[in-house]
Amino acid sequence: MKLIYFAWVRERIGKSEEDIDLPSSIRTVGDLLGWLKSRGEGYEQALQVPQAIRVAINQEHVQHNEPVAGAREIALFPPMTGG
Amino acid sequence: MAPVAPFVRVQAEDFELSAEVERLAAGRSDIGAIVTFSGLCRDEGGTLSALELEHYPGMAEAEMTQIANEALVRWPLQGLSVIHRFGKIAPGENIVLVIAASSHRQAAFEAASFVMDYLKSRAPFWKKEHLLDGSAGGWVDARESDDQAAARWQPK
Repeated sequence: MKLIYFAWVRERIGKSEEDIDLPSSIRTVGDLLGWLKSRGEGYEQALQVPQAIRVAINQEHVQHNEPVAGAREIALFPPMTGG
Repeated sequence: MAPVAPFVRVQAEDFELSAEVERLAAGRSDIGAIVTFSGLCRDEGGTLSALELEHYPGMAEAEMTQIANEALVRWPLQGLSVIHRFGKIAPGENIVLVIAASSHRQAAFEAASFVMDYLKSRAPFWKKEHLLDGSAGGWVDARESDDQAAARWQPK
């Protein structure tokens, strides 16, 4: 599965995207955020406040209780500041 | 009446307000009101050298189109254009443009306002500040007032 990061999430993790095989125990976006956080210091810094992270699956906004099954692309980013 | 398709664009280059109004209204005589909103880069009291706009290619266009289509459902519009720039933008330059056209002003005013409020909280763009003194500015924080502005359009 492709993970994509934007803005300070990207900067703290240190890459803009990666392909990851998720453990089968990960069912929701919330599970994913918790698991990613344990992958290293950058992830820990980026995801220390999970509520602050916005998530899109296949380029559509989702809540943290959304299942990740079937996702091709999951993007993690801070609250948006366009306009 | 044929359904109105919104004109949505995400681009690095600047846009010309009058040219965009012309694109929307040229050759028509049924439009009674055009509201344009342009968002510009502020200099933040002379401290800012530029804003850097990051976006999520694909999703940015999709989300803007979805917001524009929602506006077309809610208001009787005759045209709607939404343009958002990305990349490095200097103070005084354009960032975003919304043009809403309708028979009467109320729908045009409201639709333009709705599109901006939704765009700010749902379109995947992020602003980073670059400061004049060369120091690394930070990412602009999302404002709760922007979420509240979007929430006022929700059905009570």
